[in-house]
Amino acid sequence: MPKKKVPHKVVFESVADVPKMPMSLGSMYHNKTGTWRNIRPEIRLEDCIQCGICWKFCPDMSIEVENEWPVVDYDFCKGCGICAEECPAKCIVMVEERK
Amino acid sequence: MKKVIMGNHALSYGAMLARAQVISAYPITPQTQVVELLSEMCADGTLEAKFIKVESEHSAMASCIGASAAGARTFTATSSQGLALMHEMLHWASGGRHPIVMGDINRAMAPGWTIWSDQNDSLSQRDTGWMQFYCSSNQEVLDTTIQAFKVAEALYIPAMIVLDAFSLSHTYEVVDVPDQAMVDAFLPKFKPYARVTPDEPHAFNGLTSPENYMELRYLLQKDMEQAVPLIEETGREFERTFGRRLTLADEYHTDDAEIILVTSGTAGYTAHVAVDEMRAAGLKVGNLRMRLFRPFPFDLVRRVLPKAKKIAVVDRNISYGHHGIFAQEVKSALLGHAAVPVFGFIAGLGGRDITPATFREIVDHAAAHDAAEDNIVWIGVKK
Repeated sequence: MPKKKVPHKVVFESVADVPKMPMSLGSMYHNKTGTWRNIRPEIRLEDCIQCGICWKFCPDMSIEVENEWPVVDYDFCKGCGICAEECPAKCIVMVEERK
Repeated sequence: MKKVIMGNHALSYGAMLARAQVISAYPITPQTQVVELLSEMCADGTLEAKFIKVESEHSAMASCIGASAAGARTFTATSSQGLALMHEMLHWASGGRHPIVMGDINRAMAPGWTIWSDQNDSLSQRDTGWMQFYCSSNQEVLDTTIQAFKVAEALYIPAMIVLDAFSLSHTYEVVDVPDQAMVDAFLPKFKPYARVTPDEPHAFNGLTSPENYMELRYLLQKDMEQAVPLIEETGREFERTFGRRLTLADEYHTDDAEIILVTSGTAGYTAHVAVDEMRAAGLKVGNLRMRLFRPFPFDLVRRVLPKAKKIAVVDRNISYGHHGIFAQEVKSALLGHAAVPVFGFIAGLGGRDITPATFREIVDHAAAHDAAEDNIVWIGVKK
């Protein structure tokens, strides 16, 4: 399984290089928002029906499907719980984050 | 073809001739017939565009931004409280460099609940990074809408076409509606700066650190400065194509005037009538009717106004705790360039009429005072 390309964090050296629009600055990849999380989703794969709904609903694209199984990217998951709410097999549970 | 149409419909025809591809709007008061006619045009096929009916003006602007990001030419219209509700999205539109064109019908802000005209709605959006054009006739509304798309899309800056409630929005005038082919030749197809497409994926408007943010704002300002000469140039090009000149501001008897009125909107045309009457009575009065407010035409103001002995700025708006907003802007432009006294008058708030007699009263006040002693001279407030 090829890993995703790690985006380069863009810091412009000169104003001449800056696009008019704020685009593809690579900033979101390097801003590890997972540290904001108070509760974390844990997926019980034994009950997972591989429907892909958690992957589709995650507002932060923090669930990847690897070899047809969902995997949470805890670097970015903020613990909103939408995946657990939407999971038809009820195989995602939100557990207290260990600080 | 000449048609008798209301100001609102002049905006609709402007957007139609510009071949707007996505129109998004919230249909309830303070909305006007601008989008009503456009929705009919979309329904009957006159205009090949997607009409999106949304649940608020905030969403109207948000969906225009989305459509513009996808590469569509977009248009919407609103008024007063609706424009205020869009405020956050206006920054997203300009900061994201989406050249959306919007009509704003100048209605006063509530409370008390009102649908009548003054400029506090649009002028409250002064610092959002939108161009603002103030119109005085239905022909000018239609023509400026077409021009605004051209300028906005060349610089990737959104533009607001502003017209007075009722005295223009609901007033019928003869308007020369140009041929579609001529408009097509004048206004090229929209080429987005970058667009949302799977062919070339980008993350738009993401987290922007202090290392990058300031340059984005610098570029917006630099492009805004470019808008002044581009608006002059496209105004001349418009004249070559359609026979009507679109200026930064309309100079009327300003060359030999002792007192120059500075006006905007429909009051600017009433001021023409007042100038004619006062000139017939031997008073050397002129009128500078401002069309462009953002970007502010500094050079023009500094060229025209210092010729007079006194300047009388007529504001249909107020910045509470300061004074009239056009008066602020004129004083700021003239500071260090001319010592001519600038009198600030406030008139016509909340749709109270501004008549030729209003301008006579203003000129009488300016003539009787050597210096502008007060920041605000109120015209028409009951004793």
